[in-house]
Amino acid sequence: MVLVVLDHDGNRLRKGALEALTRARQLAEGLGTKVAGVLLAEDKAPLEEAKKYVETLYTATLGPYTAEKWAAGVLAAAKMGAKAVVAPSSRQSRAFLGRVAYALEAGFLEDTLDSSLEAGEVQATRYAYLNRVTQRVKSPLPVVLTVKPNTTPLAEPLEAEAEVVALKVPEIPTVEVLERVEEEKKGVSLTEANVVVTGGRGMGGPEAFRLAEELAALLGGAVGATRAVVDAGWRPYSEQVGQTGKTVQPALYIGLGVSGAVQHLAGMNKSKYIVAVNKDPEAPIFKHSDYGVVADVHQILPALVQAVKKLKD
Amino acid sequence: MRFVAVIKQVPDGESRLKIQGGRVDLSGATLILDQMDEYAVEEALRLKEKHGGEAVVVGFGPERTEEAIRTALAMGMDRGVHVVFEGYADPVAVAQALAPVLKEEAPTLVLTGGQQADWDSQALGGTLGEALGVPVVAWTTALELEGDTARAKHDLDEGAEWVRVRLPALFTTQQGLNEPRYPTLPGIMRAKKKEIRKVQAEVRPKVALLAEEIQEKQRLGKILDGKDPVGAAEELVRLLHEEAKVI
Ligand SMILES: Cc1cc2nc3c(=O)[nH]c(=O)nc-3n(C[C@H](O)[C@H](O)[C@H](O)COP(=O)(O)OP(=O)(O)OC[C@H]3O[C@@H](n4cnc5c(N)ncnc54)[C@H](O)[C@@H]3O)c2cc1C
Repeated sequence: MVLVVLDHDGNRLRKGALEALTRARQLAEGLGTKVAGVLLAEDKAPLEEAKKYVETLYTATLGPYTAEKWAAGVLAAAKMGAKAVVAPSSRQSRAFLGRVAYALEAGFLEDTLDSSLEAGEVQATRYAYLNRVTQRVKSPLPVVLTVKPNTTPLAEPLEAEAEVVALKVPEIPTVEVLERVEEEKKGVSLTEANVVVTGGRGMGGPEAFRLAEELAALLGGAVGATRAVVDAGWRPYSEQVGQTGKTVQPALYIGLGVSGAVQHLAGMNKSKYIVAVNKDPEAPIFKHSDYGVVADVHQILPALVQAVKKLKD
Repeated sequence: MRFVAVIKQVPDGESRLKIQGGRVDLSGATLILDQMDEYAVEEALRLKEKHGGEAVVVGFGPERTEEAIRTALAMGMDRGVHVVFEGYADPVAVAQALAPVLKEEAPTLVLTGGQQADWDSQALGGTLGEALGVPVVAWTTALELEGDTARAKHDLDEGAEWVRVRLPALFTTQQGLNEPRYPTLPGIMRAKKKEIRKVQAEVRPKVALLAEEIQEKQRLGKILDGKDPVGAAEELVRLLHEEAKVI
């Protein structure tokens, strides 16, 4: 069996889970085996949805997420005979799957762009060196593999509903959650967005981000920020793109007043098209851009919003 | 109390990478203590300054890793352990190699960077936590000791949370937790005399590296003059719509 971790937001399966499912199906076909899902959820809604996608669904209700509990849940499901465990490469899943990989003595392939079965082993490509290098790696089974967002088509539901199997998960001591600091959810999530509009220090202050938000909304995208902006307190850390922030790979990335430091590039240099607006023609980001505009962001941004509106009409 | 920071030496992000025989060749690159691990070293130092005890740096990697261990010693760590290994090792294999060394140190708290700047792996926290049988708090941005527990804030995919965890425990570190100090000249002098214990790693890699290549995506590099902002904006939108077809 190939086990897929059906990550969800309490309501729906995440897009990443459906990408992972596609990869799991590919591996299972090569191995001549079935795909089973594991769903750790308190709510009914993700369960109803998950049932449509796999033949066997292992479930447990373990309370709110902690890495240790999720590791135990996934491990209990994997022990039902998984040759491979496939999961989306969210921060949370990468945190607990390390435990699972260690316990299974598996090869851990993180953040893969693709995966295939070659002579009974799993091969995959992934980025390394702050996203500057592509590595091709292979591991014998068992393997734990995470799927980089926006790399894989979403899986379609099956005709029949899954058989649901309740897991017995051993009690394990874990971290005690004292308080959740919820983040305001606005529009599309940064890592899954097709368009990312990022503001850098060149935005001059938090006010200019209102227009960046408007532009992002018009393009169905999300707003990102550089570390300089986050450190200045103009935008929340959850929007930071880069080595210590999020990695994005949208079809279109627009950097407004962003210099293009390597640590920032690490989070966005694999975007399909990169647009940069900077008043300094020597800014490093221009070397990494498809389209650059040498201009003051305060003049270009309102004009850009108008031009996009005109296009949409 | 013993505070252990686990570190790596990695190429500076600004340095040029070469490929030699299908592998990244670091011979010309500037190598540094991984900046993500600097947060771990700094936090170990602060905890020791506040609560007493010992701050130990454990480095994993080839001979040259000793330089990064010396940097941590120059920042103020008391002594070092170098687990020597040349080549590529996956996170499970690294944790297996580090586990006996760390168990021997019997740390109150283990800290390591949230992501490695060479193999871009975020897994060491989880694999080491499992190897040591201790809980892990990933992407920590605040940390306080309270008796035999720690209270910490850490990031999730969306939002953050405060947790309490019984010690020993492992924390992965990142920006926001602290501002790492620079080694001082006296610190560098003292570091020369501090002990670094060498341990030959027992590594049984599971993952093999087949090939590495530098893949800078070729960019179009079209530059528009923004002197006429409305004209430039309209031209940009046209290019994105008609040429790139992304809007
Ligand atoms: C360990 C480590 C991790 C890091 N992680 C990250 C990370 O995850 N993400 C990240 O972003 N950074 C990260 N950094 C920081 C990174 O090195 C840079 O400092 C940061 O990206 C700079 O942000 P910036 O481009 O907004 O600011 P700056 O470098 O200050 O650039 C501002 C740019 O705006 C331009 N400008 C100014 N005014 C205008 C105007 N009116 N119109 C148009 N252009 C204008 C300027 O010409 C300049 O190019 C990290 C650093 C370290 C050491």
